[in-house]
Amino acid sequence: MLSIIPRIDEKPEKRYTGGLSRRTRITRKLTLIIPATILILMVIIAIFADLAWLGLPDVGLAPHDPDSGEITDRFLPPAFMEGGKTDYLLGTDRLGRDVLSRVIHGARISLSISMLVIFITAFIGTVLGIISGYLGGRLDGLIMRVTDMALSFPGILLALLLAVSLGPSYWTVVLALSLLGWAGYTRMVRGEALRLRESDFVAQARISGASSWRIMLKHIFPNTINSLIVMMTLSVGMMIIAESTLSYLGVGVTAPTASWGSMVSDGRSYLDTAWWMSFFPGVAIGLVVMSGNFLGDWIRDRLDPRLRQV
Amino acid sequence: MSKVLLQVEDLRTFFFTRKGMVKAVDGISFHVDEGETFGLIGESACGKTVTALSIMRLLPEPAGQVVDGKIILDGVNLVELDKKEMRKYRGKVISMILQDPMTSLNPVFTVGDQIAEAVRLHQGLRDEQVTEEVISALKLLQIPAPEMRLRDYPFQLSGGMRQRVVGAIAMSCHPRLLIADEPTTALDATIQAQYIALFKDVQEKTNVSIIFITHDFGVVANMCHRVAVMYAGKILETATTREIFKEPKHPYTNALMQSVPRLDQKGGRLYSIKGQPPSLRDLPPGCRFFPRCPIAEDICQQQEPAEVEVTKGHFVSCWRVQ
Repeated sequence: MLSIIPRIDEKPEKRYTGGLSRRTRITRKLTLIIPATILILMVIIAIFADLAWLGLPDVGLAPHDPDSGEITDRFLPPAFMEGGKTDYLLGTDRLGRDVLSRVIHGARISLSISMLVIFITAFIGTVLGIISGYLGGRLDGLIMRVTDMALSFPGILLALLLAVSLGPSYWTVVLALSLLGWAGYTRMVRGEALRLRESDFVAQARISGASSWRIMLKHIFPNTINSLIVMMTLSVGMMIIAESTLSYLGVGVTAPTASWGSMVSDGRSYLDTAWWMSFFPGVAIGLVVMSGNFLGDWIRDRLDPRLRQV
Repeated sequence: MSKVLLQVEDLRTFFFTRKGMVKAVDGISFHVDEGETFGLIGESACGKTVTALSIMRLLPEPAGQVVDGKIILDGVNLVELDKKEMRKYRGKVISMILQDPMTSLNPVFTVGDQIAEAVRLHQGLRDEQVTEEVISALKLLQIPAPEMRLRDYPFQLSGGMRQRVVGAIAMSCHPRLLIADEPTTALDATIQAQYIALFKDVQEKTNVSIIFITHDFGVVANMCHRVAVMYAGKILETATTREIFKEPKHPYTNALMQSVPRLDQKGGRLYSIKGQPPSLRDLPPGCRFFPRCPIAEDICQQQEPAEVEVTKGHFVSCWRVQ
């Protein structure tokens, strides 16, 4: 006999899904897995481009020397195209250098400069922003005026000045980008600190006898991390582009050293005949920037305790 | 008679603003005994919260300042302490509960972490002992399953539960004086009654003195041993709760009582006091309540009445009572 009353013990075992459909959950996981994999791969590629740092300059991921090429092999298209050589998977540039090797080596410069600058600027900007917003008063006025100056100062001009006085190098680029880059963080963090300063939980902390420094560190800072991470990941792209601008102007890493930005600008004049020169480093930039943004979104969601369980 | 814990003498707290000086608290005196609940009642903007902040020394400086008076807690004048010494008092000896439980917890830390912070600040304890203290604070405020709750984030708790957690933070270092600034205003009537019962229980267990700031006479009747009625920065009447309800002497207290809706009287419009409280920037000479007082005389307009003790422990500032 058929029973229309469902039996409790027959209920299929169901995993708690947070009310989300299977598809949404998979998409969510992919937004972590794909960008994280790309970024980790990029970092691994950068580290193992060659093993010179282990004393083995001839072993590494890059198939060719990135800085010198066969002049007879110039402008070769990628291997999958007609006229391409299997030796040069992504083709060669106007000096016959292997594009793949240069992209691999360029990862070192582009990734390390952008990461370094982002961490330096975010650190300075956060410290100044929290102090400015929380303590207020004259110090706030001073910090904000300096920030205004930094925001209004033409970055390229400063970079050129530095290049003239210090000479173009890796560290000149880091310095030039850091010197003005903190201002945006300061502005944003100060706004957050101003808002948080008036909140009841800060008052409650003061009631418990916490000092100003403690409140800034334990109550203001953790509440600014969300916006901070979003801003940091968004600036990955800006930094890579800024680095390429500086390289193009001759402030940055000097030829023949490869960086993604300088490769894109190198290939610009040959776009109609040898598009691969700019295309592949451009793809690398695009992948890193997009992965950064996706990962940033994911981290932001994780940091919000409200979304953590979803 | 029990021992006096807090003695406030002629406290004056002014705010110096661009538009002029605001006398938010203008010469108030009261005392709180050990284990006593002292109610501070009055309309909005009459100086209740500023009194509390003056005691905590958490006024928004430099705009707000204690310009005169003494706040003596257990023999120490808090007004004279420097910032560092005062910080040792806050949380440990005096604590405070704010009005809105929804915003007085840090959203990014667990409940346990936030109670532990207060414990760590004042007591040099090892981690296991801190956890013990945290759990005992949660137990004191009758939070069920404290071992589970301390891993919760504030957003996971209801308003009433959050206000208990705020209470647990305030009580975590065993303070001797607790200032509660309208802690029940944001709660609904049922939870409010529970919370008040809870306060009484906490007081019984810890013998903490409480200054209870409110504008609700019902809460006062339930909770307080003695009450002070504040108006425009001054205390107009101080008495035991029983006396205030039985024989309010000051016309303002009287008027307040009449404007409370009652279940045992039928019909008619609810009484309301005419006019507005005076601007604290530009106070009238004489009695502050004079412009709205139904029984005012000429002298009320000219001179401020002094405080007189009508019966033992019952102080009133009114010309008509003398």
